[in-house]
Amino acid sequence: MALYENVFIARQDVPQTQVETLTQQFADIVTGLGGTVSKKEYWGLRSLTYRIKKNRKGHYTLLNIDAPSAAVKEMERTMSINEDIIRFLTVRVDALEEAPSAIMVRSAEKSDRPGGDRGDRWGDRPPRRERPRFGDEGGAPPVTAAITGDEE
Amino acid sequence: MSAQRRPFTRRRKSCPFSGNNAPTIDYKDVRLLQRFVSERGKIVPSRISAVSSKKQRELAQAIKRARFLALLPYLIA
Repeated sequence: MALYENVFIARQDVPQTQVETLTQQFADIVTGLGGTVSKKEYWGLRSLTYRIKKNRKGHYTLLNIDAPSAAVKEMERTMSINEDIIRFLTVRVDALEEAPSAIMVRSAEKSDRPGGDRGDRWGDRPPRRERPRFGDEGGAPPVTAAITGDEE
Repeated sequence: MSAQRRPFTRRRKSCPFSGNNAPTIDYKDVRLLQRFVSERGKIVPSRISAVSSKKQRELAQAIKRARFLALLPYLIA
C-alpha cells in the first residue's frame, strides 16, 4: 500500500461540525476499502488567496492515508461529486509526518499581511521614505535635502 | 586576500536547503515558501535566491501545489 497526503477545502458556509462528519465520511471510505487514516488535521477556516467558485474562505482538512490506490480513487470520486468540497489535492509521499504540519505550527504567529515583513527580501530597493515623487510640490529637490529633511 | 578582491565580484551564497539543519521543502509550509516568491507572486529565480537546481525543482513543485490549494497566490495584481 502506498502513502498519501490529502488536503481538501470545504465551502465557507458549511458549519465546522459538518466538515468533521465529511472528514469522517471520507475516512470511512478509505478504511472500508482496506486502508488506514493515520492523521486527520483540521486547519480551520482560512482565507483563500484567490476566489474559488465564489468562495473567499474555506475549511481546510489534511488526511494522512495509507491505502491501496483503489481506495484513494474512490475517495477522490466522492469528493468531486460532493458540492461542499471546492478543491482537493492528493499527493503521494515517501513518508507521512506524525507531528502537526507546518500550517498548524505557524498559524499561531502568523501575520495577516502575506509576505509583509519578508516582501522586500530580494529587492535592492531601500525602504520607502518620504521621497519626493516626480511632479510633486514644484519639482524634485535634491535627494540629500529630502533625506536630511525627514530624518529630523 | 579580501583586500585584493576585485570589485563587483560577490561571494557565492550557498543553497539554503542544503546543509545540516536545512528546512525541508513542504507545500504546506507557507511561511517558508513565501520567502521564495516575489512581491508579485512569481517564483524567485535560483540565480537570485541561490537555491541549488535540484532543490529549485522541488521548491517550484511545492509552490505550485500551494498555489493550487489557494495557500499562495498565482498573481498579485
